[in-house]
Amino acid sequence: MKHLLSINDLDLTGATTILDDAEEFSEVQQRDIKKLPTLRGRTVVNLFFEDSTRTRSSFEIAGKWLSADVINMSAKGSSTSKGESLRDTAMTVAAMGVDALVIRHSASGAPSQVAGWVDCGVVNAGDGMHEHPTQALLDAFTLRRHLRRVHGPDASFAGCRVAIIGDLTHSRVVRSNVLLLNLLGAEVTLVAPRTLMPSGVDAWPVTIADDVDDVLPEMDAVMLLRVQRERMSGGFFPTPREYTIGYGMTRDRLQMLRPEAAIMHPGPMNRGLEISSDAADGAASRILEQVAAGVAVRMSVLYQVLGGNQEGER
Amino acid sequence: MTRDLLLTQVGLPDGTTADLAISAGRLVEPGDVNDPQRVDAAGLTALPGLVDPHTHLREPGREDAETIDTGTRAAARGGFTAVCAMANTNPVTDTGEQVAWLHQAARGASAQVVPIGAVTKGLKGEELAELALMARAGVRMFSDDGKCVHDARLMRRALEYLGDVGGVIAQHAQDPRLAGPGACCHEGEVSGRLGLAGWPAVAESVIVARDVQLAQLTGTPVHVCHVSTAETVEVLRWAKAKGMPVTAEVTPHHLMLTVAEVEGYDPTYKVNPPLRTEPDLSALADALVDGTIDMIGTDHAPHADHDKAHAFSDAAFGMLGLEQALAVVVELFVNTGRLDWAGVAERMSHAPARLARITEQGRPLRIGEPANLCLVDPTARATVDRAASASLSRNNPWHGRDLPDPVVGTLWRGEWTYAQEGLL
Repeated sequence: MKHLLSINDLDLTGATTILDDAEEFSEVQQRDIKKLPTLRGRTVVNLFFEDSTRTRSSFEIAGKWLSADVINMSAKGSSTSKGESLRDTAMTVAAMGVDALVIRHSASGAPSQVAGWVDCGVVNAGDGMHEHPTQALLDAFTLRRHLRRVHGPDASFAGCRVAIIGDLTHSRVVRSNVLLLNLLGAEVTLVAPRTLMPSGVDAWPVTIADDVDDVLPEMDAVMLLRVQRERMSGGFFPTPREYTIGYGMTRDRLQMLRPEAAIMHPGPMNRGLEISSDAADGAASRILEQVAAGVAVRMSVLYQVLGGNQEGER
Repeated sequence: MTRDLLLTQVGLPDGTTADLAISAGRLVEPGDVNDPQRVDAAGLTALPGLVDPHTHLREPGREDAETIDTGTRAAARGGFTAVCAMANTNPVTDTGEQVAWLHQAARGASAQVVPIGAVTKGLKGEELAELALMARAGVRMFSDDGKCVHDARLMRRALEYLGDVGGVIAQHAQDPRLAGPGACCHEGEVSGRLGLAGWPAVAESVIVARDVQLAQLTGTPVHVCHVSTAETVEVLRWAKAKGMPVTAEVTPHHLMLTVAEVEGYDPTYKVNPPLRTEPDLSALADALVDGTIDMIGTDHAPHADHDKAHAFSDAAFGMLGLEQALAVVVELFVNTGRLDWAGVAERMSHAPARLARITEQGRPLRIGEPANLCLVDPTARATVDRAASASLSRNNPWHGRDLPDPVVGTLWRGEWTYAQEGLL
């Protein structure tokens, strides 16, 4: 795998391999000395045009535990504000001899464009409203572990029902998750006010629902997505109160879930808006597991992009 | 004094064949030329010189992207003998002095440059520009193109004021609340999937619906720039049936390219209004054939490479249009039998010349008329190479495509502004 720009770059085998390898890498997390020599001598640049401490740190730790040299570059406020083009910034960094660029950008498609200009591998760490493939992979990793705990070690995604609720229009997470969950065999239901549904969502391989309460009792997992406070001034919905009553994972709605259902959230959470503390901190919550899974999954992705074709290095 | 010219056995738009003789910049009787340069034009067709109602020349202000010289050479290469130069230069063409400057600067150009004046000062959409003083300097068409005159009251006032002055407003129809500055992709399945801010079709048609009624109210005609949606076609069809004073143009790219081009996030295909869907293309083509849309406008919009080398949502809007405009029309309409050459001449020469009230352009190929014409080989084809362009810019959406390559020569006022190698 040269790049990971979209979940569409993966087939079922490729996605499963990443998840399986991540299981192995997650064992490293339990060790006292968390370092594998796998990517020794390789250089990974986290090229972040948009702030994201948690994703950047997760990639940084993943790279370091694989012994890669990891450099963080914040392009925000430096080159781009001076008017340097995306192409110049990317090609300048690539010309330093890096092996992979991990790119975060507020503009959809930026990592795909960069992949067309540079020779090194490119990993999409979130682009605009487009995709966030490593988030979807870590969500799937967390969900698979959950299913195996509930249904036994052979549990698969087949027949697994997942609801994604929140600001879907502006979410890169939902686009990657719909693609990946479908690839893995799960069934996705989307719930949001019409103003927060992506254009053309009717053509997506999902079920669309408008009543959360009808959906919740059916689900094996519920993913809540952040509703950004700045959206409210855009008139996407009348008030936070109305949103929470209509779509929030409130204490009352927790009672509607099946006992073995998982609650997930990619963070950062707006507690009290899309998710209550009872839900975020309760027994059904897998939110901190998602964070831990992020490192293992990103180790697995870096291994695929940088070392997956080099036999015997692991 | 330019040598007299005799084009022998050239096809005319009406399907007949004749010898065309040219002396002192005008068409004359074949017996009235003296020692002419003879061009065997058998198999070629002569069209009246093409007129573009919608060109961005970028001079003054962005001479790194295009100049009057290079832009009009691209025009000549595409068979155009006149281009209407949009006002969104730096400085903006919003005063009589700026109009006079453009007339002066265009001396020596390879096509007639017809200044379009801004409707509002600095294209800001707040106060009327000096419309009468620009009219006195020769302006007949006004436009804030690039931006919409979105304030309904201001649009009404501009149209009313032009009732005394004379002229037409060419509207860039884009409701800025429905399609804000970030909107960069046709709103629909592709924008939703790619995560690009949507530019909904209704943001165009609601402005057109408003403006045709303001035109009716004031009696001043409105011209709709770059119609891109089936919804706008419906509004125009209704307005024309009611006899409202409105004309409209469509670009070659909105006729041939769909939003599918955006899939790879290549900013070459970022244009405003955005590329639409197959049903839109089909409605636009039907409208051009049945006259609901009157003419082709290229919206030739050169951009320096470094303004396109950004993320899709950050890159500049616009694509080149002059050199391949006729090629696209030939491919879509002539080669399919939907338009004959007279139909092409009407939509690419006569109609835009009437719109912009350019007396010496868009004239029939008759004795005594100005010798502005475009010589066409109906069968030639070529693969478009953006590097071969006369434009300074390379944002050519047709690069790498096999298209007709019809233009073999262009004559403006009896002089060759373009002649394919081997023609003369």
